Amino acid sequence: MMTKMLEFISQGGYAGYVWSAYGMTMTLLFIETVGLRRGNRAILARLQRLLRLCNAGDKQ
Amino acid sequence: MTKPWSRFAAPASFYPLTGRLIPVFWVLAAAFILIALYWGFFETPDQLGGSNAQKGYYRIIFIHVGAAWMSMWLYAMLVAWAAVGLVFKTRLSFMMANAIAPTGAIFTFLALWTGAIWGRPSWGTYWDWDPRLTSELILFFLYIGYIALHSAIDDNRRADRAASLLAIVGLVMVPVIFWSINCPDPNQCAALHQRSGLRKVDGNILFAMLTMTLGFWMYSFATTLMRVRSMILTREAETAWVQDLVRAPERG
Repeated sequence: MMTKMLEFISQGGYAGYVWSAYGMTMTLLFIETVGLRRGNRAILARLQRLLRLCNAGDKQ
Repeated sequence: MTKPWSRFAAPASFYPLTGRLIPVFWVLAAAFILIALYWGFFETPDQLGGSNAQKGYYRIIFIHVGAAWMSMWLYAMLVAWAAVGLVFKTRLSFMMANAIAPTGAIFTFLALWTGAIWGRPSWGTYWDWDPRLTSELILFFLYIGYIALHSAIDDNRRADRAASLLAIVGLVMVPVIFWSINCPDPNQCAALHQRSGLRKVDGNILFAMLTMTLGFWMYSFATTLMRVRSMILTREAETAWVQDLVRAPERG
């Protein structure tokens, strides 16, 4: 079990190449996803704040 | 006259539609990528034969080919939306073009990065001014140029038009990348990019490669639509429907 896992990780001696290629891919896709989620929420929050400010201004 | 397809060309009706589509694309992307990873790592041989035997590092192929295909396909889609925008003057088309660009740039970078890493054990060098590598690098600069030009112009309408024209001129790079092969005969040189056909690829490897590409494609749909949503909100912040939506965000 253990040796099988080590064998998998070593990728026939090319671990550095294989994992840096896959690592970079997964990292960039992950960063893009998280960034988009955050950006979307930030915009909605900003618009909500603006709307509240406008409404408060109307009542005065 | 209203044509049926133009119903969703209005940001107000496109926005809720994307809200329903995005989760579907995420699920599909995750499923395809996981299947491709499993198949690529556990159901394919450890070593490829042929005139230029490839050891374990060939597994980079699954993301490398997928990313390279997506880099060209997304550029073609970017240009298609840009052209539709220029001809029909539809706001949403420009937003689509604009939303594709960052994802396309990421896949182009990944194609270059994974190719460099593959080139080291296979070619003995990370980089060479091989026609395909060079033209893919130019494609990367085109994406960056499109994004930079668009963000350098403050007025959105002018930015849309200028950046779209640049993108259309740059379309010439896509066929160049596709047909740029330095080594027509694998028996005479050991280049990575040889003339090949899908039929020459082993079935298991082809399956993992195509599934990964499908996963990347679904991922691109999801990220593009998410970016379009943000753009719609920003650009249409003054309209009544966005203000209604901001009051009750769960409806979007």
